[in-house]
Amino acid sequence: MSARVTAARPPIAAPHLRRDAWWALPLTVVIVLGSFIVYSTWAAFQNAHYWAPPYLSPFYSPCLSATCLHVTFGYGLPEIQLPIIGILSPAFLILWGPGLFRLTCYYYRKAYYRSFWLSPPACALPDAQRRYTGETRFPLVLQNYHRYLWYVAVIFIVLLTWDAVLAFRFPRPAGGTEFGIGVGTLVMWANVILLAGYTFSCHSCRHVCGGHVDVFSKAPTRYRLWHVITRLNEQHPTFAWLSLFSVGLTDLYIRLVSLGVIRDLRII
Amino acid sequence: MPTVTMHVFRGDARGGDFKEYRVEADPGMVVLDLIHRIQATQATDLAVRWNCKAGKCGSCSAEIDGKPRLMCMTRMDLFNEGEPISVAPIRGFPAIRDLVTDVSYNYVKAKQVPPLRIKPPEPDGTYRMMQEDIDRIQEFHKCIECFLCQDVCHVIRDHEENKRAFAGPRFFIKLASLDMHPLDTVDRSAFVKDAAGVGLCNITKCCTEVCPEHIHITDNAIIPLKERMADEFFDPVVWLLRKFRSKKKQPA
Ligand code: SF4
Ligand code: SF4
Ligand code: FES
Repeated sequence: MSARVTAARPPIAAPHLRRDAWWALPLTVVIVLGSFIVYSTWAAFQNAHYWAPPYLSPFYSPCLSATCLHVTFGYGLPEIQLPIIGILSPAFLILWGPGLFRLTCYYYRKAYYRSFWLSPPACALPDAQRRYTGETRFPLVLQNYHRYLWYVAVIFIVLLTWDAVLAFRFPRPAGGTEFGIGVGTLVMWANVILLAGYTFSCHSCRHVCGGHVDVFSKAPTRYRLWHVITRLNEQHPTFAWLSLFSVGLTDLYIRLVSLGVIRDLRII
Repeated sequence: MPTVTMHVFRGDARGGDFKEYRVEADPGMVVLDLIHRIQATQATDLAVRWNCKAGKCGSCSAEIDGKPRLMCMTRMDLFNEGEPISVAPIRGFPAIRDLVTDVSYNYVKAKQVPPLRIKPPEPDGTYRMMQEDIDRIQEFHKCIECFLCQDVCHVIRDHEENKRAFAGPRFFIKLASLDMHPLDTVDRSAFVKDAAGVGLCNITKCCTEVCPEHIHITDNAIIPLKERMADEFFDPVVWLLRKFRSKKKQPA
C-alpha cells in the first residue's frame, strides 16, 4: 500500500457533525428490546399461568417435562426429569432456541451492535469500541452458525402451529372437547403467522433455500423459492419487531386469562 | 431562498478549520451550487472535486451536516431556513486540501480483487446466460464509486489499523457480483474471508444508508458473502456434502 494511504485525515476536532436526532433510534431500541427481555425473563421464571385451556403460551411450548401444566402431543410423554426443573421453569428448556435464533439474527445484530454496543450508535458517529475486531474472534465469530439456529426455529414454527390448531379445541364443562374460536385462538394464530414471517424471511433461510446457487437457470425450483424469500426478506426487520411484540403479548394475554384478570371472549 | 450561512472546512492535513460564508441561494439549488458560488465570489482557492453534477460520476462526496452525501444531489430545501449548514470533506480518508481527500486506498483495494475468469465456451463456441442468472448482480453494477460507503464504514473510519485487511463495502459488492456471476470459475472464499475481511463487518448497514444509488449493499452483497463464507469455513454439514461433490471453482 502506498504511504499516502495512511497519511493524516482532515483535522476536524468535533467527533461528529450531525445535528439531527440520531440518538432517537438507538434509544428506542434499547427501551423496547430491554423491556421485552425483562418481561420474557420474568414470565419464564413464573412457572405458572401459561396455560389457559385451550391456549398455551409460546414461552412454554412444547411440553418437555411431566411437571408441565399442559399437554402438547397428547398424554403419555416420557417423564423428563432434569435437575434444574425443580429450580427453573420449563420455559428455560425452550427459550434458548428462539432466544439464540434472535440473538444471532442478522437484523438484531445490527440493532444491538448499534444500540447496546454503540458500534457505531448511528452512521458517521464515532464507534464507542476502542478495539474492534468485528465478528472475526470468539465469541462473535459464532454468529456464523446462525443457520443452525434457523433450523431450530423452523421446528418451533411447527410446534407453535400445532398449539394454534389445538387452540380450536375447547374443553367442555361435561368433559371432552368441542370446536370453538375465541379471541385467544386469533391471538395465537396471529402470533404464529408473524413468527413464521420472521423465520422464513431470515437471511440464512434465503441463502440455504437458493442464495448459494450461482446459476439460477439450472436450479429453477431453488430460484423460485429464493425469489419468494427475497420478497419476504425485504420485510425482515418489520417481522422481527412485530413477532417480538406478538410473542410477548400472546404470553401476556394467556397469563391474564389464566389469572382471571380478563375473560377470553368466545366467538364461536 | 434567502442568504444561507455555510460552514466550509478549509485546510489540509497540517491544520484547518471551518470558515463561515454567507451566500445567496436560488430556488432549486443544491449544496454544490452554493460551494461553486462561494468559489466564484468569495474564496477562489477553495478546493472541491466534482464532474457531472448529476449524481453519476461520484466525485463530489462530502459530509454535509455530518452526513456523507453527494453535494450535487443534496437540495437546499432539505435544510431548515436560517440554520447554518456544515460542509466537510469525507473524513475516512487523508486530507489533500479543503473538501478534497485522497481516496487511493480504494484503488489499492480494487487491484487486489481476483478478477473474473470465465469458463470455456459451449461446444458451439458461444456463452449463454439467462436473465435470472444475472438479475441479482445487476444492482451492483449501478455503483458510481463515490466511496461514501467506504467513508462511513466504522470498521476503517474509526479503526485505521483495519485498512490493511478490509476491502470495504464497495468491494464487497464487487466481490459478490463476481462470485454470483454465472460464468465465473474463481473460488474467492479465502480472499473474502482473509484479505477482504468480511468478518470485520458487523452489518450495521451504514453503507446501505448512505449509498446514493440505493444499492442494498448489506442485505444483497455482504450478508450473502458471509453466508457463503459460512458454507466454506464454518458449516460442517456443507463441508461434508462438498466432499462428495466435485469442486467447480478453482482458487484465484
Ligand atoms: S454494514 Fe459492514 S461494511 Fe457496511 S458500513 Fe456497516 S460495518 Fe461497514
Ligand atoms: S456502493 Fe454506493 S456508496 Fe458505495 S461507492 Fe458505490 S455508489 Fe457509492
Ligand atoms: S458531481 Fe458527479 S456525482 Fe456529484
